[in-house]
Amino acid sequence: MVRVKEKLYKWLFAILAFASLVFLVGIVIVLFKEALPIFKKVKVLEFLFGRFWYPTYDPPEFGIFPLILASVWVSVGAMLVCVPLGVGSALYLNEIASHRQKAILKPLVEILASIPSIVYGFFGMVVLAPFLQNLLHLPIGLCAFTASLILGIMATPTVCSIAEDALSYVPKSFREASFAVGANRWQTLVKVVIPAAGSGISTAIILGMSRAIGETMTVLMVAGGAAVIPKSFFDPVRPMTSAIAAEMGEAPMGSDHFHALFAIALILFLITFVFNVIAEAISRKYRIKLGLSG
Amino acid sequence: MKVFNKIIMTVMILMGFAIPSYAEKIVMEGSTTVLPIAQKAAEVYMQNNSSADISVRGGGSGVGIASLIDGTCDIADSSRPIKDTELDKAVTNGKSVKAHVIAMDGIAVVVNPANKVNALTKKQVKDIYTGKTSNWSQVGGDNQKIVIISRDTSSGTFEAFSTLVLDAQKVRPDAVMQASNQAIASTVARTPGGIGYVGLGFLSSSVKALEIDGVLPSKETVLNNKYPIGRPLFMYTNGAPQGLAKELIDFIKSPEGQKLVEEDGFVGLK
Repeated sequence: MVRVKEKLYKWLFAILAFASLVFLVGIVIVLFKEALPIFKKVKVLEFLFGRFWYPTYDPPEFGIFPLILASVWVSVGAMLVCVPLGVGSALYLNEIASHRQKAILKPLVEILASIPSIVYGFFGMVVLAPFLQNLLHLPIGLCAFTASLILGIMATPTVCSIAEDALSYVPKSFREASFAVGANRWQTLVKVVIPAAGSGISTAIILGMSRAIGETMTVLMVAGGAAVIPKSFFDPVRPMTSAIAAEMGEAPMGSDHFHALFAIALILFLITFVFNVIAEAISRKYRIKLGLSG
Repeated sequence: MKVFNKIIMTVMILMGFAIPSYAEKIVMEGSTTVLPIAQKAAEVYMQNNSSADISVRGGGSGVGIASLIDGTCDIADSSRPIKDTELDKAVTNGKSVKAHVIAMDGIAVVVNPANKVNALTKKQVKDIYTGKTSNWSQVGGDNQKIVIISRDTSSGTFEAFSTLVLDAQKVRPDAVMQASNQAIASTVARTPGGIGYVGLGFLSSSVKALEIDGVLPSKETVLNNKYPIGRPLFMYTNGAPQGLAKELIDFIKSPEGQKLVEEDGFVGLK
């Protein structure tokens, strides 16, 4: 009886574990199936590097280069905000903060991660955009810069908590050895701890980046939505996610526009997929390097 | 367990009663501009009349009219009058198409209240949106960059604006796109050099509506066709509507239906 039960549980959990694989495969199949028809109408290169996105005109133009660039700009901008903030706070939490400070600060950083993205978007739209508009005398506050700032703040907790984990995995013996040969705290941090946790920190940064590039609601609300190749950080832009979110509801099912939006989703998926694979590869290498696991 | 089974049985029997043995079914198809009206009206109507079964589809005015001529829908929603070619086709198919105006679409061009400009011509609005004019000083305002705010190109309001003002020419690509009428109004209210357009139902004191070709937008000027950015919205039926189709169109034209129309930012007929 016990044996049967044990077997049953084993199977049950095996099924649960494979369920996510089923979802992943299902989503990938649907993405490809719905995205590929557009490439019968538009060449892949024209789609990727076309300069104009006019999906509802006659004849339509399906060039997503402005959308890709918008996503890249906004994500790079977000990185400039969240890498110093996230890695900096991780270093402080792990190396300098007292136990009590850490007990308060770490949960607070994690709460930042639990704020729904629409709240960030609303904050950006109502508070930050008008503020920046007045401060910097911009023609309009809804632009790549504002979106970058908000996304950077949103990605900070991801970067911070993964980087903090990476730092805490650095074996105590590393630090002790460093102190033993007469290095001070700063030298130990810069020369020993950070290099040892380096790949973990890189993983944190890459995961933060894929969070920023996939974020939708916030950029829909604060990036301005102009499908134009951005000339400066203060131009309104239309990242890929916000194009999909804004247009999917109105695109007639099965139309070219519909398939084009799926193709954008596919490209977005491939980008974040590559990021995640890189992050996984780096973190695996780092575990081996530290001898933590195989 | 037995109690549970009983509950399920009872629920199923009750559900059986709720599904009427006889349900009249009609299909509405066509313009995405009219779609919100059709959808809301159908929902409210079906709530009050459980025997009615109304399915509503988008697709565009042309698709709706083509389906009506082919006999695959009962009511065709359209944001434009039927074309002569379509009428000819209807006649050859033995259909006599009848038009019902169910609402008016009126679009106000709005600017920030601080803007000196009070009036523009339709041509000037077109030049601004297509990129020929880019500074307010070119149309009698301050020396300030014009920030163009538009609806997403898939929206019905955009489609109407594009047909009535832009002659289907492209909006300059760096226009800021917003997902709703309210978002346009609030962005214009916060942007000194901004210009946008909203359905007449979304005008408020936070933005300034411009005179177009000398006429201020209002319910009256849209209804008497003096205001240039307005158009009637149609539902077409084959012959005089009967049964559920007639009741639904009558419902949309009734004060209750027209209230739904205005909630969506369109202009009611009365």
